[in-house]
Parts: sequence; structure tokens; C-alpha cells
Amino acid sequence: MSARVTVSARMPIGHVRAPAYLRGKTGTIERSIRPFPDPERLAYGQPATPVMLHRVRFTMADVWGPAAENPDDTIDAEIYETWLSEAPDAP
Amino acid sequence: MPHDHADHDHLSPSGHPYRKDQDAPLTHWQQMEIALRELLIDKGVTTAGEIQNQINAMDSRSPANGAAVVARAWTDPAFKAALLADASAATREMGFDIGPMNLIAVENTQAAHNMIVCTLCSCYPRNLLGLPPDWYKSRAYRARTVKEPRAVLAEFGVTLPDGMTVRVHDSTADMRYIVLPARPKGTEGMDADGLAALVTRDSMIGTGLPLAP
Repeated sequence: MSARVTVSARMPIGHVRAPAYLRGKTGTIERSIRPFPDPERLAYGQPATPVMLHRVRFTMADVWGPAAENPDDTIDAEIYETWLSEAPDAP
Repeated sequence: MPHDHADHDHLSPSGHPYRKDQDAPLTHWQQMEIALRELLIDKGVTTAGEIQNQINAMDSRSPANGAAVVARAWTDPAFKAALLADASAATREMGFDIGPMNLIAVENTQAAHNMIVCTLCSCYPRNLLGLPPDWYKSRAYRARTVKEPRAVLAEFGVTLPDGMTVRVHDSTADMRYIVLPARPKGTEGMDADGLAALVTRDSMIGTGLPLAP
């Protein structure tokens, strides 16, 4: 994965661990942890292929735009690779 | 009258009103829990004793475990390095039974203050610190900590120096988090046991700071 990644903006029904407030947002991979069984299948008792789990760091400006309380503060969240795509070059 | 309750027809012999029993019907999830538990026992997968032992083990965990980890990290540089590299392995090596928990320790420094939240539910390092405080599971804490962490910190009485970055960690998936707070000033001569008494639960969530010596 590239360092800058965007979280998919899709809104499926069901058990999903990518929080809605981060969907469509772009951040930087803080560290890649290891693959874990895909919770979106595990939750329904289906065979769960391991999916790589990344910690993605977003600035408050990345997430909240001009409404950020302090633009340089950060939010780190664990996002499965199936939700991430490479972001276009930094603006 | 010793007590001034409005309805004296329903007082117990002690003079207090009878407390209402929990007569409401079971909720869907309470029924599901009981049904699943009874099935597992009937089928011999587990026993009532094993379930109770597990409840007792969870109830015996407390923030004192985390405080011991933090105090050791303050006094043992090799342990601190191991904790920051792999907090699960380091706490197990100290002798804590944390089960399958995947733990990450995040260090407060002069440049950054860390805070833990679970916006999706109530993920918390229970296997080390015990059960989370009720406010940790509240919608207000979960929603506000990722939007206005400094306002939340101020309500907890924490004001950070200018120039310090706030790093919020949202436990969205498989990892759990503990904050390694900064060692308070004036504790240079203290041993790990004395230091552990300064480490509060909230200082390991990031909504507080360690006590002053």
C-alpha cells in the first residue's frame, strides 16, 4: 500500500469495522499490523480470509475540514485493506 | 417520623420504601444470552462453573494491572522499549494473563498527548484494565472525542501546553490501546510500587494525567 490512502465511501448494510465518519477520507498509513480474519465474513459465521489491517492516521483537517477543533491533531484508526485505495498525489 | 416518604402505605419495617423489583420482561438479547448459555451447558461445551470462573477472572482485573505496567516502563528502559514494540508480549512477560488481546501502547511525550476511544462500540483493554467506565461507552464520549478532543479533555480537567499535539486512537478493529503517560516531575527517587500508586485509570485512557507525588 502507498503511504497516502483513501477509505472507500461505500455504505454497505451489515457488520463493518470502517467507521462511517472516516469513509471517503484520506490519511497516511501509520503502521501495518498483520492480517486478521475478515470481520465482515466472520460476523456471519462464513469462512473468513485474512485481510491486512493497517493503522491509518488522519489529521483533524483531513476529517473535519474547516470545522476541525485543531487541524494538526490526529485520529488513528484501524482500517482493513479491503477498504483502502491509493490516494492521488498529495495536493 | 424518621423518614419523610410520601406514600407511607408502602414502607418496609425499616421505614424505607420497598425497592421495585426488576419485573420488566427480558429483552431480546437477554433471552438470547440465556438461551445460548443454557445450550452450551446442555451440550457439554462448557459448564456453569467455567462461566462463573471466567466472570470472576474478568472482575479481578483492574487498573492496578495497567498501573504496574506503566510504573515498570518508567523505571526499566528495556521494558519500556519492549512495551512500545509489542505491548501484548511485554505485559504477558510481566505475568498478566491477557488472553488473546492485541495491545498497543502509545507514549505521551512533550510533543504529543494520546487519547483512546472506540467510536463503534466499547473496545477497551479489558483483559488488562478490567471493565471500562460507563462514560467510555457513552455516545457523547465516543462521538465527541474524535471531533473535539480538547474540549473533552478540558471537561476532564486536562489542559495541555501550547504546541502539544493531541493524538486520538479509535479502536475500530482488532487492536486495543493503553496510554503510557509521561512520568510526573518530582518522582526521581521513587520505586515502581510508589510510582504505580500515581497511575490512574484515566491516565491510561488519556482523559487524565498521573497524580503528582
